[in-house]
Amino acid sequence: MTPKPSRKTFSLAQRQAIWAYVFLLVPMAFFLLVRLYPAFSSLLLSLRDYRPSREVNPFIGLKNFQDIAADAVFWRAMINTLLYTVIGVPAQLILGILVALMLQGINKAKGLFRAIYFMPYVTPIVASAWVWQSFLNQNFGPINQLFTLLGLPNQPFFASPYQALPSVAAFVVWQQLGFQIVLFLAGLEAIPRTYLEAASLDGASGWQVFRYIKLPLLNPTIVFSVVIGTTGFLQLFAQVVNINFGDQGGPLNSTLTVAVYIYKVAFQDFKMGRASAITVVLFGIILLITVFQLRVLRRRVDY
Amino acid sequence: MRTTPAPRISSQQKWLYVVLTLGSLLTAFPFFWMLSTSFKTYSDVFQPGFFPPHPTLENYVEVISRTSFLRWFLNSILVAAGTTFSVLFFDSLVGYTLAKLKFPGKEIIFVLILSTLMIPTEMLVIPWFVGTVQLHIADSYFAIALPGLISAFGVFLMRGFFEGIPDELFDAARIDGLSEFGLFWRIGMPLVRPALSALAIFTFLGNYNAFLWPLIIIQSASMRTLPVGIALFSGETGGQWHLIMAASSLAVIPVLAVFAVFQKQIIEGVVLTGVKG
Repeated sequence: MTPKPSRKTFSLAQRQAIWAYVFLLVPMAFFLLVRLYPAFSSLLLSLRDYRPSREVNPFIGLKNFQDIAADAVFWRAMINTLLYTVIGVPAQLILGILVALMLQGINKAKGLFRAIYFMPYVTPIVASAWVWQSFLNQNFGPINQLFTLLGLPNQPFFASPYQALPSVAAFVVWQQLGFQIVLFLAGLEAIPRTYLEAASLDGASGWQVFRYIKLPLLNPTIVFSVVIGTTGFLQLFAQVVNINFGDQGGPLNSTLTVAVYIYKVAFQDFKMGRASAITVVLFGIILLITVFQLRVLRRRVDY
Repeated sequence: MRTTPAPRISSQQKWLYVVLTLGSLLTAFPFFWMLSTSFKTYSDVFQPGFFPPHPTLENYVEVISRTSFLRWFLNSILVAAGTTFSVLFFDSLVGYTLAKLKFPGKEIIFVLILSTLMIPTEMLVIPWFVGTVQLHIADSYFAIALPGLISAFGVFLMRGFFEGIPDELFDAARIDGLSEFGLFWRIGMPLVRPALSALAIFTFLGNYNAFLWPLIIIQSASMRTLPVGIALFSGETGGQWHLIMAASSLAVIPVLAVFAVFQKQIIEGVVLTGVKG
């Protein structure tokens, strides 16, 4: 343990390697025991009829996967999750770029606007979800009060199987938009002024500057936003659970996501083997989509 | 180009200000609605109108006296702060080791850590639950904090920042007889301070808001974190919106107060972690 003998017996390079392993000991134990081993153990659980209350949990092969393939609620959750992603990711990307462009165009109060748009992102999701429930309430919510004043029919929003999913998506975009704006504003401000000045000297219009200079140079930020946004929407949980806490994923499973369904199957029905099988499917989908996105989107960098 | 450019820009800017103001009102309005409802009486909630006709603080008194609200708040602060300190220390240590020390197996270890970023939390919570129950540590602060104590994302971030420091600085101090840990702690750490504060903000926010794992692992009411406490309380009140909005306000106001003071640092920290990652 004392450094003295080691100084004599080990070379400098060996000493450095030993220290490196010492520094990595606790973190590597953590990554193995708390990340990699549980992921592997989920794979094994997905092959068992695992219920936490029982002593014996039989190996059933791919039965869990066959069951979820035949489970209409699972498919509903899957379709909903893809819908959230397809609505949410482009919406927050486009709105984020638009507001960032507007913020870049003003001189005063830029910091104030940036802070206001960022507020929802730091707010606890649980609290803001309950606020949105009241905000879009059919009977007393201010949006429906406005509709009444304008002579429009009241809308059920979260209470309707048809309107609930888009309403939840709007809530998530509201909550995430500040992050997107801040990200794109940073990306825009990193573009060298000389490029923009050269373009305007050449008589480029505002749209041309955006299309041929800003947009290509924003590409790394767009890739980041799309990849992070997609993995976020594919794992949507807290927002959905809290928007309809009494009937999580309701009404009629219209807002149910894969993550919420995993939670319900594992911790309300206690069918942990089947829930693990769903997590394996989710993992595969996230992996495929991320790899695909990185391949396709990165290619556009070569301008 | 016949007219002077100044007035044209200012009229264009006027429109930008109009649109941005409308957008920010829309963004902030749910917060005003939350506050106004939190001061309404039960029956006034269902009356049309924005301002409370009979403003009262009774809802706040009721939420604080009926629930362990302050305890939940402290639990959240404790878990988030403990996690943040652990992440700052271990993520920097690993980041430094991977960036600055030479040893066999370095690339494999880095790839191994990075690969954990791809695993969705949903895939881990079931084995975590089974494990903590078997170890009889469920319903403890340690169990709530455990999954977040080291983050692969932070390792990746800190490694990037340590790589930016020239090797000569460390070599010189090494010749002066500083230990390997001393090199990390006394030379490396002070030089990555901006990255540390960014990682601290990111980690604290994420853990303060964490919901899925705390919801699963917390069993007793006194161990609830703020998000879990609010969710279960609001679920139990059965549509008593005046109370739910008071509880939400109590959760939101401290966060927004801290945000108002440190907004510049917080936003820049999020940008720094976002752009690097």
